[in-house]
Amino acid sequence: MDLLEHQGKEFFASFGLPTSPGEVALDPDEAVAAAERIGYPVVVKAQVHVGGRGKAGGIKPATDAAEVRRAAEAILGLDIGGHVVRRLWIERAADIAEEYYAGFTLDRSARRHLGMLSAQGGVDIEEVAATAPEAIARIHIDPTEGLTPEACRRWVTEARLNPAVTEQAIELLGLLYRAYVNGDADLVEINPLIVTGDGRLAVLDAKVTLDDNATFRHPDHAAYDETVERDEREQEAHARGLQYVGLDGTVGVIANGAGLAMATVDIVAEAGGTPANFLDIGGGANADLMSAALEVVDGDPAVRSIFINVFGGITKGEEVARGIVEALRRVDISSPIIMRLDGTNAAEGREILRPHLSDSLRLAPDMVEAARMAVTAAASASTGDSVAAASAGTGDSVAAASAGTGDPVPAAASAGDPACCAEPTCCEEPQS
Amino acid sequence: MSIFVDQNTRVVYQGLTGSAGRYYGLLNRDYGTGVVAGTHPRKAGSDVDGIPVFATVGDAVEATGADASCIFVPAAGVPGAVLEAAEGGVRFIVVITEGVPMHDEAHTFAHLQRHHPDVRLLGPNCPGVISPGLCNIGITAGHIAKPGGPVGIVSRSGTLTYQALHELKEKGIGCTTCVGIGGDPVPGTNFIDCLAAFEDDPETEAVMLIGEIGGSAEEEAAEFIAEHLSKPVVAYIAGMTAPPGKKMGHAGAIVSGGRGTAAAKVEALSAAGVRVGSNPTQAGELMAEVVASL
Repeated sequence: MDLLEHQGKEFFASFGLPTSPGEVALDPDEAVAAAERIGYPVVVKAQVHVGGRGKAGGIKPATDAAEVRRAAEAILGLDIGGHVVRRLWIERAADIAEEYYAGFTLDRSARRHLGMLSAQGGVDIEEVAATAPEAIARIHIDPTEGLTPEACRRWVTEARLNPAVTEQAIELLGLLYRAYVNGDADLVEINPLIVTGDGRLAVLDAKVTLDDNATFRHPDHAAYDETVERDEREQEAHARGLQYVGLDGTVGVIANGAGLAMATVDIVAEAGGTPANFLDIGGGANADLMSAALEVVDGDPAVRSIFINVFGGITKGEEVARGIVEALRRVDISSPIIMRLDGTNAAEGREILRPHLSDSLRLAPDMVEAARMAVTAAASASTGDSVAAASAGTGDSVAAASAGTGDPVPAAASAGDPACCAEPTCCEEPQS
Repeated sequence: MSIFVDQNTRVVYQGLTGSAGRYYGLLNRDYGTGVVAGTHPRKAGSDVDGIPVFATVGDAVEATGADASCIFVPAAGVPGAVLEAAEGGVRFIVVITEGVPMHDEAHTFAHLQRHHPDVRLLGPNCPGVISPGLCNIGITAGHIAKPGGPVGIVSRSGTLTYQALHELKEKGIGCTTCVGIGGDPVPGTNFIDCLAAFEDDPETEAVMLIGEIGGSAEEEAAEFIAEHLSKPVVAYIAGMTAPPGKKMGHAGAIVSGGRGTAAAKVEALSAAGVRVGSNPTQAGELMAEVVASL
């Protein structure tokens, strides 16, 4: 989870790092009131989950109430990289003498922590890394040892910061490392880390990504989730506990497993279509998850067809099929569904689906063909042609029986079941 | 032959008494895996369907000769369970549990490197390892894999691992060992560990590598392949169309700052002589061609 700047600063401050006093404001009146309390000069800063705020006009200095109001009015509602500004941070303006960069993250290749420190801060550090890699001092840290004061001193020396702040830097980097580890962050960055006119180090901007897997030991982290911006579809899916990422296309995608969901999105694009989303329902594919997934995907007005791609591993094909049939009994889906079912007992699962096949639920022989069918269905729905006519001849022949007239639905995945399918542990399969 | 596990592997299940541990432990035993023990601090002396339960891994090793462990405990208990297994004397530890914090993974991995350098960790958040017909540790459905060879599989994604086994079996191609390394930030075993082991395994004649967006593990694998692998490699990379900045399910699967893209990985692998399929089915077809020409 990415934190906003002001949340990152609160996070840092809770570990003793020096930040400037400031307040959140949601409208110009609040901004002015905050500035009056903080004292001028101030800086009015857009709070969005994206970089490049300064260049986009999202950061403005102000020396009095009128300037704060003008700045707030200009920044609120601004679109910065697709993020609309709804929140401001009003902060006491700092007297900046020098700008550095400091950060910690995991170096996956080394499977160790990596610290980066540079006397060239205040700019995009990736640009510095590309153009002047020698300007960044790097340190690998063994997690079992931590950042020792001796190693930290060598690191600070190597970074060639102003020697006058060496002792302060060693202390600050120790605190930052503590925030990174004890706060369970995937990334902490101070850019810029400034030296003020009177020679003090301070955090001017904060970038923090917290590890969602660690919320069990940080109940306070849940509060940060409230400001995470999601589009309506993502919000709905998040509330239902689905792994969903909204995309811009017309073919809805539902798959069991993150890798398979990614592959499904790819294969839709390869077949000439545009995926509307990534959605991983995990290993189980039971009726509850499937109906929630179908509702979320079908609720996207851009969706013209839905491709369900399930590979039965431990979860058997019959269970998957019953889950689909039950889900379709519960929810009304407007887009045609193309189903691919392979793996354990796929033949049995297909038999269960067969009486329910129609123009609105079709079965594909394999993954590649399913993608073609879904793309064709989406295209013909968009142009107003009959789906059945446009896609005749592809995949299994469409059986006459519609979902409403088929046999009674087998009871295994009835609505009264607990949150999971008949299998005792399907919900516990890692979402790999 | 196989890598990491074989018909003689004796496995203790940490979490055997829990629902997932019991379910998969018994499935693994039914497959023919040497499931010799379970552990639970307060249930020593009991059993799970005839499998004896011990208080600690150390006790289980002493009584049964277990040399591998499979961990199904909740995420918060994973670091402790891994250390218990290593100290208890097993040499191969598989962690199925998902949702382990990154810092716990990094610390646990570093601790093993330092104090138990001969212990191999697989996972966390992985489907496990299967040497078809010999041993299945984890949550892979055993029957989707065809025993024999000549292909070894290593994959970062669970369901795509199954997909790969399925594609090969459909084509009548067997698998020596299939290793799911998981998609977490600090995998105990990575692509290179598996590639090196497959290179040394005389019965593995070709390798299937399944990667995904995020990080640079595939690029590093490509470098290793170019320098050290004499056997042909076929690959598939998921996430060609993934937008930057969006996490695609796995903690590791994210394109950020222009890095970790599928295109860059495909390019690196292709440059190393790897044949890359544009989808799992095509990768299976490429592997069928490779196997036919062996």
